[in-house]
Amino acid sequence: MDKILEILGNLGSTTGIAQLFAWNSSAELLDNLIACLGPVVMIVIACLLLFLGIKKQFEPLLLVGIAFGMLLSNLPGSGLYHPELWDGYIAGTVDLTTIFHEGGLLDILYIGVKAGIYPSLIFLGVGAMTDFAPLLANPKSLLLGAAAQFGIFAAFLMAIGLFNFEPNVAASIGIIGGADGPTAIWLTSKLAPDYLAPIAIAAYSYMALIPLIQPPVMRLLTTEEERKIKMEQLRPVSKKQLILFPIIVIIFVCLLLPSVAPLLGCLMLGNLFRVSGVTERLSDTAQNALMNIVTIFLAVSVGATAVAERFLTPQTIFIIVLGLIAFEFATIGGLVLGKIMCKLSGGKINPLIGSAGVSAVPMAARVAQTEGAKANPQNFLLMHAMGPNVAGVIGSAVAAGFMLAVFGG
Amino acid sequence: MTFAQAAIYSLVGILVVFFALMLLMGVIKVLIAATDKTPEKAAAAPAAPAPEKPKALAPGTAGDIKLYDTDLRDAAMIMAIVADELKKPLNELRFISIREVK
Repeated sequence: MDKILEILGNLGSTTGIAQLFAWNSSAELLDNLIACLGPVVMIVIACLLLFLGIKKQFEPLLLVGIAFGMLLSNLPGSGLYHPELWDGYIAGTVDLTTIFHEGGLLDILYIGVKAGIYPSLIFLGVGAMTDFAPLLANPKSLLLGAAAQFGIFAAFLMAIGLFNFEPNVAASIGIIGGADGPTAIWLTSKLAPDYLAPIAIAAYSYMALIPLIQPPVMRLLTTEEERKIKMEQLRPVSKKQLILFPIIVIIFVCLLLPSVAPLLGCLMLGNLFRVSGVTERLSDTAQNALMNIVTIFLAVSVGATAVAERFLTPQTIFIIVLGLIAFEFATIGGLVLGKIMCKLSGGKINPLIGSAGVSAVPMAARVAQTEGAKANPQNFLLMHAMGPNVAGVIGSAVAAGFMLAVFGG
Repeated sequence: MTFAQAAIYSLVGILVVFFALMLLMGVIKVLIAATDKTPEKAAAAPAAPAPEKPKALAPGTAGDIKLYDTDLRDAAMIMAIVADELKKPLNELRFISIREVK
């Protein structure tokens, strides 16, 4: 009988419930309570994010994976993710071999985030799905894509001035304003890995909320007459120009800012697969199978980094607030330059397309189209807005490269 | 880092982004100029037959689509659906006319 009780006792001590309520007698009461309640709160947050992803369809392809990764890493005793191993890796006391031996499944998957592999492969798929013809038809769109990066630097400034974040963390928070998930994850995994989960969640959540975030600012900063402006038909773009574009872009941008090569290199390679006309199978794989596989790995491993003791901090709330500010300032930046270009062109440019410079392809362009159509039902701004939209992807990658070059050393 | 230092970093950062994208804009303009047909080549090309009469252009199209009993909104949706089904960018397709079948 004693033996049976001993076996049951040992079995009981290995359960998640026992580990959840494990009491450390040497620790303070408050610390014990936080240690017990933290994972429970994280599990609730993960379930809330799952609800938002599944029921409300907020960026479900990413948010469902992130939320489930969060759920897995906070289940007591699962041993899927070990933040202490990654602390050791950053400090130089743990090497990758140790992580392979002692880490869990999500530790192994997280190597792809840490090495910057997943965001770059996502960009390969994005490049294969992106049509750069609107940008080539109207190269001035690049200016709008640049102006919309204002949000990144405004949020960076506020993160330091108002919340006293370290510069590397502030840069990672600022990049939320780029409205580009892979870029945000890529930069944060290099500059501030402890903040990866809140920054990724903020970036993807706000991208899903673009149709709610942008229109009030768009209506505030533009007049009815400006929103009604119908733009001229875009000029046709030849296949030769489409093929030369990714090759020339990567050469020029990398000569200027080599740190951005992994992201833009993959973006342009994916686009070359698409437009070359001889690599349709590769383009199809990059757009579909590869993109889907990498999305699973990326989302789950990023979600896994949201462990209670690092996620449940005041900084997470500050990051959420600053992320929203970054998005609004990015929209303002694009709109203000759009208005200037509207004036300079004699009213030929609808300033609404400036708001699409925030990236978030193609959601931001759709919002510009919707707002334009509300002012004038015969206004078709979608293709005009796609130019600044894809320019924003390049702009946010350049901004991330700048941040890495300055704060990554 | 002080606020003033952060402001300088921000200023330099946005200038770098603008500089990079303006440079890219210049490169694209050069690319377009180099790959588009030059006026001389265009002049040397055989002259196209003169159009019979100017057509009324429908907004939001490649320029020569004719709409019969179809409003602009439906036409735009039809073109977008066709482009999506064919997996081709809209600007690579040419629509001649759209007619409502009654």
